[in-house]
Amino acid sequence: MAIGSPKVRGPRKPVSAGSVVQIKTLIKHPMESGLRKDSSGNPIPEHYIKTVKAVYDGNTVMTADWTAGVSANPFYAFYVKATKTGDVVVTWEDSKGQSFTGKATLKIA
Amino acid sequence: MSDISGKDVTRRGFFRKMGTGAVACVAVSGVMGGVAGNAQASDINALISEKMGAGAIEEGKVQLKMKDKADNGALVRVPVKVDHPQEAGNYIESIGIFVDNNPRPAVAQFNLTPHSGKAEMEVRIKMAKSSAIRVIARTNSGKLYGATKNIEVAAGGCVG
Repeated sequence: MAIGSPKVRGPRKPVSAGSVVQIKTLIKHPMESGLRKDSSGNPIPEHYIKTVKAVYDGNTVMTADWTAGVSANPFYAFYVKATKTGDVVVTWEDSKGQSFTGKATLKIA
Repeated sequence: MSDISGKDVTRRGFFRKMGTGAVACVAVSGVMGGVAGNAQASDINALISEKMGAGAIEEGKVQLKMKDKADNGALVRVPVKVDHPQEAGNYIESIGIFVDNNPRPAVAQFNLTPHSGKAEMEVRIKMAKSSAIRVIARTNSGKLYGATKNIEVAAGGCVG
């Protein structure tokens, strides 16, 4: 399965300063638990996203600690208080140390 | 005639095969989940204390707007909303999701900040079988709020 192609989406239209907006994220990842076996009985090694982090306007908005209990190709939505025009940068890091970054630009009306 | 019946047999054979496969999968996950689930049922509170901090958990503030039934255990929507301010000095700093009957019950933890604006989020998780899902929220002062919901999983299992 292809891995990566992170997507981060915020409101397309400008928002007023101080409003709270939803940021939706999606990334392609197998989220393999290490508990499953393939068709010939060999264990499939674990490979899942361990941490997610969002940074906006110089602040860490949220971090998340995941396990393989999160669905494959994980969708995740969180909220940010819009303060000024800028990027919400989301970084995912998986159990093999690979990291992925995506961003959405918030515009203040 | 013979042509049609030939097709018919093939199709039946196909469905029979599919049917058996599906049943076997559910049975295996059922047995595994059952054993693991019994062992974990008493440990889930200890696990929550370990991950979220010890203390009494107050019901009511955490809203878990999920359906009671999940068609697909590999993809269960978990929308969480905590009825609590999210401002400097008074905010929800952590939300944890626990599924009793999963092989690993501590599914995910989300650490929010006052910059989040509101204590709300949504994620999609795996559920190995029908189980209680517990969502626990901790405020910056260490107070715990929680919600529990029993979810019936129609076809879960194989994903773990």
